[in-house]
Amino acid sequence: MSPLFLFLSFVALLSALGVVLAKNPVHSVLFLILTFFTLSGHYLLLNAQFLAAVNIIVYAGAIMVLFLFVIMFLNLNEETEPHKPALAKFAAAIAGGSLLLILVAAMRNINPAGYDPTSFDSQIGMVDRLGLVLFQQYALPFELASVLLLAAMVGSVMLGKRETGERNF
Amino acid sequence: MTLPALGWQGLVVLVVFGVSLLIATYSTYAERVIAAFLQDRVGPDRAGPFGLLQPLADAVKLFTKEEFFPAGANRALFVFGPCLAMVTALMSSAVIPFGNVLQFGETAIHLQGIEINVGMLYVFGMVSLGVYGIMIGGWASNNKFSLLGAIRAASQNISYEIAMGLALIAVLMMSGTLSLREITLQQSVAGEWHFWNIAKQPLGFVIFIVCAFAETNRTPFDLPECETELIGGYHTEYSSMKMGLYLFAEYINVFVASAVMSVLYFGGFNFPFQYELRDWLVSSQGLELVTASNIITILGLVGLFAKIFGFIFFFMWVRWTLPRFRYDQLMRLGWTILIPLAIFNIMLTGGLITFGVIK
Repeated sequence: MSPLFLFLSFVALLSALGVVLAKNPVHSVLFLILTFFTLSGHYLLLNAQFLAAVNIIVYAGAIMVLFLFVIMFLNLNEETEPHKPALAKFAAAIAGGSLLLILVAAMRNINPAGYDPTSFDSQIGMVDRLGLVLFQQYALPFELASVLLLAAMVGSVMLGKRETGERNF
Repeated sequence: MTLPALGWQGLVVLVVFGVSLLIATYSTYAERVIAAFLQDRVGPDRAGPFGLLQPLADAVKLFTKEEFFPAGANRALFVFGPCLAMVTALMSSAVIPFGNVLQFGETAIHLQGIEINVGMLYVFGMVSLGVYGIMIGGWASNNKFSLLGAIRAASQNISYEIAMGLALIAVLMMSGTLSLREITLQQSVAGEWHFWNIAKQPLGFVIFIVCAFAETNRTPFDLPECETELIGGYHTEYSSMKMGLYLFAEYINVFVASAVMSVLYFGGFNFPFQYELRDWLVSSQGLELVTASNIITILGLVGLFAKIFGFIFFFMWVRWTLPRFRYDQLMRLGWTILIPLAIFNIMLTGGLITFGVIK
């Protein structure tokens, strides 16, 4: 394990803990952004440049901006945080603990398949290779997903459109 | 002096960093000179010859002013906001190819911070992160005008990113690569007529430049800091150098946006008849091919900076000419005009490529 990998993993775990433990929701969001950055670092170590860049653009750049936007709009902060009843906290601890137990139990005996250094293709994460796979092997699911996203975008434009007779200002 | 190849590349990174800061510094001066010219005033002319030391005087002023924290502000994030704005602005200049290769014997120096396979996506990612500095600073100020500015910045950036991305896709369809260096090299081929991308993508360029104005928060889209409604928008509560960092980040963003537009649409470091000039230097002036290539590279570097300064001038020209949009007009322009236009541009480009009109 390279020192870079260890460092990234350390920061990733620490910032992921920060997301859960921070009292202030805005701090939580910022920790989550840092977590996405460390994940992108891991993608880069795996030579998946495209995935790393898209992770930054989509998650850190767009989705988290919306999170922050909503949190700022609702003016959530430490004072307005609702106090959960003890029963809810207890139930959450039990549920979370059993999920952890199941995950650890499932992962315990996993034997990583590894890779064959002679046939391993280091360029597999590059954008052109990914494009070939997406457009040859998975052309139909890819196109369906893109139509879904386009429909969402057209829908938002329709919602924002001025209707006849409606007055703005 | 011998430096390993990586050492030279590190030096290039430092130079890119320094040049970005220098250009941002003198953009503040240029902005005032151009404003004065457009409004028929004298402009800054007191500090040094032609007022050239004005940025230095401003820096002294900003550094020595009182640092003020508003009551109830989140102190850590209040400081973190301008830092983040500055960092994201500076990071995006790393992948821009400022010039071709300089060859000195064995060492080849690429006049580019780093060359990565997904350069365009990297710039796009950094641009989309730029809004955090504004949002965090505006929120941490504990002031409703700052918060309104921050929220405006967020929604404006997200809206215009979509149209910007769609305009980029049309360029990608022609280039087939995300590397900014490759895109530049494709725009000029020796021995044949080859046009810059602006000739093939006029509509895409118009969409891109409008989005660039929105992404850098420049007039006519500077609604996050709209002083007639929001006092100063997200930086209402900021003073001293923290305020200066926000202004600086804006000018660096303008510089990077100008550089990206020059690279994507205006041929980057290419200039007309460069190969003919190189061959003429070799055949008539008796220079070696390597020396002639180096001269062309340096001329290309100068050419790219001329294009960049042209775009920076355009940004300033527009700022002192056009009035500010209203917020609902801004959103309507982004969602109902630019995005459909960008989708139409993609279809048009696809059709033209299919029928072999452009490649």
